[in-house]
Amino acid sequence: MRNKTRNSPGTLLKTWLLLHAQSFIYSLGQYYRNLVTSLLTTAVIGISLALPGGFYLFLENVHQITAGWDGSIQITVFLKPDIDDAVATEFVDRLLENTDIEEAKLIKRDQALAEYKELSGFSEIIDILDENPLPAIIIIKPKLMALPDGGDRRIIEFLVGQAEVEIAQYDQQWVKRLYGIIEIIQRCVILFSIFIGFGVLLIVGNTIRMAIYNHRNEIEISKLFGATNYFICRPFLYTGFWYGLSGGVTSWALLTLTLQLLKQPVNKLAELYASEFSISGLSGPETMIMLLCGIFLGVFGSWISVQRHLKTIELD
Amino acid sequence: MIRFNNVHMQYRGGHLALKNINLHIEQGAMAFISGRSGAGKSSMLRLIALIERHSRGQIIINGQNLERVRDNRIPYYRRNIGFVFQDHRLLLDRTVFDNVALPLVIAGHGHTEIRKRVHAALDKVGLLKKESVNPMTLSGGEQQRVGIARAVVHRPLLLLADEPTGNLDPALSLDTMKLFEQFNQVGVTVLIASHDMEMIKKMRKRIITLREGRIPTHFGNMSSNEKTV
Repeated sequence: MRNKTRNSPGTLLKTWLLLHAQSFIYSLGQYYRNLVTSLLTTAVIGISLALPGGFYLFLENVHQITAGWDGSIQITVFLKPDIDDAVATEFVDRLLENTDIEEAKLIKRDQALAEYKELSGFSEIIDILDENPLPAIIIIKPKLMALPDGGDRRIIEFLVGQAEVEIAQYDQQWVKRLYGIIEIIQRCVILFSIFIGFGVLLIVGNTIRMAIYNHRNEIEISKLFGATNYFICRPFLYTGFWYGLSGGVTSWALLTLTLQLLKQPVNKLAELYASEFSISGLSGPETMIMLLCGIFLGVFGSWISVQRHLKTIELD
Repeated sequence: MIRFNNVHMQYRGGHLALKNINLHIEQGAMAFISGRSGAGKSSMLRLIALIERHSRGQIIINGQNLERVRDNRIPYYRRNIGFVFQDHRLLLDRTVFDNVALPLVIAGHGHTEIRKRVHAALDKVGLLKKESVNPMTLSGGEQQRVGIARAVVHRPLLLLADEPTGNLDPALSLDTMKLFEQFNQVGVTVLIASHDMEMIKKMRKRIITLREGRIPTHFGNMSSNEKTV
């Protein structure tokens, strides 16, 4: 009885392609025939993928906003009160020789007092004072190039060792803290995405399990007429493919819609901050990755389900 | 075509369904397996279809020793067999055409080939005009004929039928049996399990009687019946 099953490689390839094409179209038809179930599954996958996708976009935009902040780290140096302007100017000249320092700006004691008077509104009280209580201040901008290998830290250490210096401190320590927080959120988003991925696998798996159960009769008959396991699995895997693809497209649509709705208020806010910032959506490659994630979860979820449940169908 | 040598078959639960079966059905023959419910008719068909494995003895189908057919080769082995069931087991979510086409789709035939063969098979059972209707709209006899068309569309060497007339009235039963006879006449080996003795006798073919999992020798259906084929 083997004679009929032996074929040339060319014929086998053709048959293989034909069977795939059939399953591809057949499963699309199945999607349409069970439209309500299919759309529900699609919606669940779409929303599930849109959540991590949305968080990702949020983080990307936050990155964009904060990207320049790293460069604007400043170090504020308070000189000892007994240092006069001449010594301070000399000290600034010395600082500028330091290779880690880009810029050093001196705010003289009188200047500082004038500024304080103007900004604090305590001008009358200050006028009563005999002596200027404010020290001279130097504002230092580290060289951008030196930042990654700890240039800012070296500057602080250098400053603290100088006799003229009372205190040297970061002006924008909070930027670093913010970056720390963003990093934590980033990690949360990754973990969260993994959980959601598992969720999607379970959802697809369950939907496919139902589909297998509903096609019990068909599977049994197919087995009797010589269907291989591949033949029986294929339409279910393609069904998973369609779920994944449509879910991916749905999540893309959801994100695009959300961004459209957010665009105007965000632009308004950016304007208030006199910022050029504009919210950015998914790029081409990122959209591709999201669709591929959807397809992968759909196919893999149905594969797991098929492996588990097809074996339970025995002929009788 | 079909040879059983001292075949025993025991179900997993321990029930001994067939005991020491010896049997030979030649290529191109048509034969009936009869006996009461539970006598082992279905078990015999299940062994031939490799739905179950026998526990002792030897079964050779078309020169192939079934013990040597590995599990992953079973689908290819089955493609040379056609099946007809009592409850016809048609798929009700698709047309008559698609039902009959199933074995050809499984074997990976092209569109034109499938169309040609399905039409030929439906023509033979007289249902060519019904190709695009849903089997649910057909009568019981028509449904069974669709089942038979499906069973022969891939030109199997062996046709197995389990109580194919169980749900039909005597007139329709006889028509159905005549249909099997026609396929037998073009060379298909046909084996039908049925308990309808009256109808079987009318067909004047070899009858293998099973009783409690055995073929009783005093019925004379061992060697003597082989000559009547």
